[in-house]
Amino acid sequence: MQDTHTILLPEVTPEVRQQLFDYVLQLADTSLILAHRLSEWCGHGPILEQDLAMANISLDLLGEARSYYQYAAELEGQGRTEDDLAYLRSAVQYRNPLLVEQPNGDFAHTIVRQFLYDAFHYHLLVQLQTGPDRQLAAIAEKSVKEAAYHVKWSAEWVIRLGDGTDESRRRVETAINALWRYQGELTTPTPTEQALQAVGFVPGYAAIQQQIDQHVARVFEEATLAVPQGVFAQKGGKTGRHSEHLGYLLTELQYMQRAYPGMKW
Amino acid sequence: MSQKEWPLWEVFIRSKQGLDHKHVGSLHAADAEMAIQNARDVYTRRLEGVSIWVVESKHVHASNPDDAAAFYEPANDKIYRHPTFYTVPDSIKHM
Repeated sequence: MQDTHTILLPEVTPEVRQQLFDYVLQLADTSLILAHRLSEWCGHGPILEQDLAMANISLDLLGEARSYYQYAAELEGQGRTEDDLAYLRSAVQYRNPLLVEQPNGDFAHTIVRQFLYDAFHYHLLVQLQTGPDRQLAAIAEKSVKEAAYHVKWSAEWVIRLGDGTDESRRRVETAINALWRYQGELTTPTPTEQALQAVGFVPGYAAIQQQIDQHVARVFEEATLAVPQGVFAQKGGKTGRHSEHLGYLLTELQYMQRAYPGMKW
Repeated sequence: MSQKEWPLWEVFIRSKQGLDHKHVGSLHAADAEMAIQNARDVYTRRLEGVSIWVVESKHVHASNPDDAAAFYEPANDKIYRHPTFYTVPDSIKHM
C-alpha cells in the first residue's frame, strides 16, 4: 500500500500536532474498522446486488482510511507507515467509536449501524471540508461524495425494512434498540477533540448533532419507525476502552502481518 | 409474501454525454429506485457511466426467433437501401 502524493502539514505547535495525530488516527481507525465489518459480508450478502453494494462501501471506507493513516504517519514523523499504524497496534490503541466495531448481526443490524454512522460521517465531512487543516479538507472533499451515496443507500434500506413486512420491521426495531446506545459517542468530544475544537481544527459537534437528528428523524418518519428517546450513551471506544468484539476483529484483520512481519504480495 | 423473487430489470448506461444509452445487463430489484442504486453499484464501478436508465424486463417485448426468416432475409438482396451511391465530401468525417 504505497502511494506518493504531497501531504500538506499545518504549521502548529508540537502539542496541537500531537492532538491532530490522535484525531486523524481516530478517523482512520473508524473508517478501517467499519470497512472491515462490511467486508465480512462479501460473498454472504442477501442478494448479489447488495453484496456488491456493501463491498463497494467497504472499499470507499478503506480508501478513506488509507488517506488518514498516510496523513497521520506524516504528522507523527517517526518513520511509521500507514501499514504500521493499521496492522501493528493493539485493541487498546485503536480509537474508533464503539458503534463501528459492533458485529454485523443480521442485515437489519448492519443497515442500522451503517445508517447511524453514515448520517454522522456525512455531516462531519461537510464541515471538515471547510476546516483550517488543508489536508483533512482535501480528504473530506473527496470522501464526502462517497458518504453522500452511503447515507442515501442505508437510509433507503431503513425505510424499506421499517415500512416493509412484519418480519423486516421487527428485525429493524430490534437492531435500533441494540445499537442506538452507541450513537451518542460519535458526537461526544474526547479531551483531544475538545482541545482541537478550541483551536478550530475539529468542527463543533452541537451543530452536527442537530443535523444528524433532523436527518435521522426524516428517515425514521418515512420508515414509520420511532426515534428512541433518553437512551444512555455508551462510550469508550474513542479513548481506547472497547467492547470485546474489537479484539476478535483485529485478530483477523492483522493476522498476516503479525504472523509474517513485513510480508508483501 | 407470495412473491419471493424481486422482479428483473434491464439496465442501460450512457457512457459519455452525447452518446446513446446502451444495454449493459440486468439485475434484480424491488422497485425502480432500488434498481437504479443497484445498477450504480453493479455496472458503474469502473467509471462506465454518466447516466442510468432501468426498465422492468417484463416491459420489453422481443421479436420471435422463429420469425427470423420472414423478418430479416428479405433485406439481403436489397442493397439499394444502403445509401452507398452517394459521394461523401472529404471534409465530412464520422459518416
